[in-house]
Amino acid sequence: MPKFVKRALLLLVVIAMLPASLYGCTGGTEPTSAPSGDVSNSGSEASAAQSGELPEGNSVTVGIAQDLSSLDPQLAATAGVREVLFNIFEGLVKASPDGSVTPAVASDYELSEDGKTYTFTLREGVTFHNGETVTVEDVVYSLERCAGSENDGTPLVSAFSNAVSIEAVDESHVAVTLAEPSTEFINALTSPVIPAGSGPSITETMVGTGPFRFVSYAPQDNLVMEKYDGYWNQEKAAKLDRVTFKIIPDVNSLVIGLKGETLDMVVHLPNTLLGEVENEFTVHQNTMNIVQALYLNNAVEPFDNELVRQAMYYAIDVDEIIEFVCSGAGVATGTSMYPAQSKYFMPELAENYQKDVEKAKELLAQAGYPDGFTMTITAPSNYAQHMDTAMVLIEQLKAVGITAELIPVEWQSWVDDVYRGRNYQSTVCGIAADDMTAREMLVRYMSDNRKNFIAFSDPEYDEVMAQAMASTDDAEQTALYKRAQEILNERAASLWLQDACELVVMNPELEGFTFYRTYVIDMAAISRK
Amino acid sequence: MGKAMLKRLGLLIGTLLLVSVLAFTAFSVIPGDPTDAVLGIEATDEQIAAFRAQMGLDLPVWQRYWSWLSAFVTGDFGRSFKFDMPVAKLVADRVQVTLLLAGVAFALIAAISLPLGLLAARRPGGVVDRIITVLTQITMSVPNFVLGIALMYFFALVLKWFQPEYVPLEQGLGPHLRFLVFPALAIALPKSAMTVKLLRGSILGELDQDYIRTAYSKGNSRAAVLRRHVLRNAMIPVVTFLAMAIGDIMAGSIVIEQVFGIPGLGRILISSIGNRDYPVVQAVVVLLAAVVVGCNFLADLLYRVMDPRIDGR
Repeated sequence: MPKFVKRALLLLVVIAMLPASLYGCTGGTEPTSAPSGDVSNSGSEASAAQSGELPEGNSVTVGIAQDLSSLDPQLAATAGVREVLFNIFEGLVKASPDGSVTPAVASDYELSEDGKTYTFTLREGVTFHNGETVTVEDVVYSLERCAGSENDGTPLVSAFSNAVSIEAVDESHVAVTLAEPSTEFINALTSPVIPAGSGPSITETMVGTGPFRFVSYAPQDNLVMEKYDGYWNQEKAAKLDRVTFKIIPDVNSLVIGLKGETLDMVVHLPNTLLGEVENEFTVHQNTMNIVQALYLNNAVEPFDNELVRQAMYYAIDVDEIIEFVCSGAGVATGTSMYPAQSKYFMPELAENYQKDVEKAKELLAQAGYPDGFTMTITAPSNYAQHMDTAMVLIEQLKAVGITAELIPVEWQSWVDDVYRGRNYQSTVCGIAADDMTAREMLVRYMSDNRKNFIAFSDPEYDEVMAQAMASTDDAEQTALYKRAQEILNERAASLWLQDACELVVMNPELEGFTFYRTYVIDMAAISRK
Repeated sequence: MGKAMLKRLGLLIGTLLLVSVLAFTAFSVIPGDPTDAVLGIEATDEQIAAFRAQMGLDLPVWQRYWSWLSAFVTGDFGRSFKFDMPVAKLVADRVQVTLLLAGVAFALIAAISLPLGLLAARRPGGVVDRIITVLTQITMSVPNFVLGIALMYFFALVLKWFQPEYVPLEQGLGPHLRFLVFPALAIALPKSAMTVKLLRGSILGELDQDYIRTAYSKGNSRAAVLRRHVLRNAMIPVVTFLAMAIGDIMAGSIVIEQVFGIPGLGRILISSIGNRDYPVVQAVVVLLAAVVVGCNFLADLLYRVMDPRIDGR
């Protein structure tokens, strides 16, 4: 059958060409990433450890469900990357569990009288993971990179758009001058300090100053880090020798991993799995530092009518939602603020709209909708929590004659159509503060803010917020932020529900988990009992 | 012969081109943008504009397709937006895992379904046949991800036959394969059930043919008739089915990779679609399409070997 042989050969060639061209490419691209020889060396070390050649005793594997995106520590746009990189990189200051910041690479800092100039004193003896001492040049380089020096001037960290100048005062001092006074700018200085001249290669070298040093990263599989022996703060040095973040997207598989002892710890587990894990493991129930709400598009009918929004708020039962979606562990917020912002959080606002169907009907009649109306709730389908909440809301709203229909959409469509496009009636989602400030939770509802996706517009609110942001007096600023929260509640800008909750589950042999008020998995504090 | 071959090859390349065009245009039609995955949804307009310009996302879609295609044919698959790495490296690391997984699944299907199919056809309506029929009915109706979770629970937690954690190839082929057997089983079982049914039906169909009577009249035993005459003809539809099944096996491994946490093509495909990371999606889609088209082509060839009546044209 020579003709078949011929055909088969040709086919083989065709099939072989594809993978061959693939591998061919890899060969071609390898040398470009070769300068980071360190990375590949330690990679083989990592697999050696996994196969049990190193003593397993002091290593821990943490299961995470989310893929890590670009590892650029200064970009670190997603919470999932930030919370992992917290262990490897540090800024001039770093986040502490209570939501404030503590000095890190800087030992101290001062804010000038006019609130515009921050002067930092560099801590002595801080070294990078490559052994070199951190100098002013490194700090200035890092801050300038955050401000967009390598990126045609567009800041990598948006708060840096307020920075006018970044300069070295002397060998151990760096000054940052702002255009507008801001006491909250300090939060942006948690952005990592990296060696001068790193450039985009930082995603391969991953040299920082944190308690752990980067070992290897395999996309969609794992990220490995090891204790850094030269860490400047020996009191807070890592207690574990090696930590592996293992990426497993399926939550059931995460639980099986815990039970099969391939995972020692899992973060961000949905609250619905509590029953599966509470008997065998140490479980921490944490609020997520988000505000989950039925967000209403204030620009469209009938939600442009305040009476309608208030009527809906009276029609629903927030406690029932918390019970149903979070087994009672969520915290009702009543406004756009989550409880971890303890300085600003006003728990009493959640009491204002107790379920009252009669009152709701009355308000609806006043608004001209005595028989209710029909509406749609657009929700991101990848978030079971928000979908469940929407379903409970739909049932609750029926009592006052409002027929709501759930439209599940894929996440990117939600971002485009709902969040950016504002082309929706209502949506259930969770809003977080990107830079963990109270201001971030409130400023978005100023009428001309581009993040004001509910199109809330209230002159009093705008004025209060403008005053608050300009204020340099802490007490006055706090009072104004509180007033702003009251307005959001009074006007029922949206139906504020809860700060939802999730689980951190650990092998009972581990201890030291610390809950931060921002995206942090502090592995340095974890140890084996 | 050579001409027909060229025609086939042209068709193959045409199919792949069409697939790549469809995948590419899908991204310009559906909402969303790779910027969200990289910069987060709160990025400022300036940040987004700068990123888009840097990545060439501000160009019209045909222009982007053209530059993608011209780079692709020279072997430059581009760079992943999300992972900030060359696509070729991302895909090369994964292609082995998925192909091996699919290969093991395919071998399992053959190993399970051929003996069972024969066994069931031996005495139609007998006890063995009935047991096999019930089993195939059950296995066919279980979705493979449910089966995956059940297998993982049973074999990893109850029997502790394997650890529920992915074992990369670097730790040796043996351990790697031992891990892959279970996810492969989850893919293979529903498919095997269908193959058993098909083979059984096909054999029984052949047994009714006239040439079988002739074979018996020549004094052949039942076993000899089955082996020498029936099986060869009965296998033709089965081979077609198995070749088509490669596509399903690939699709199955996409789902199963999520359940077992295997960093293969399916994992990266799904997450890249979600992130609108189109250089990765393009590469994976074209690759998967090539595998499926290639296998169908192979089936076509096998056909002709098995049944000389089918013409070469």
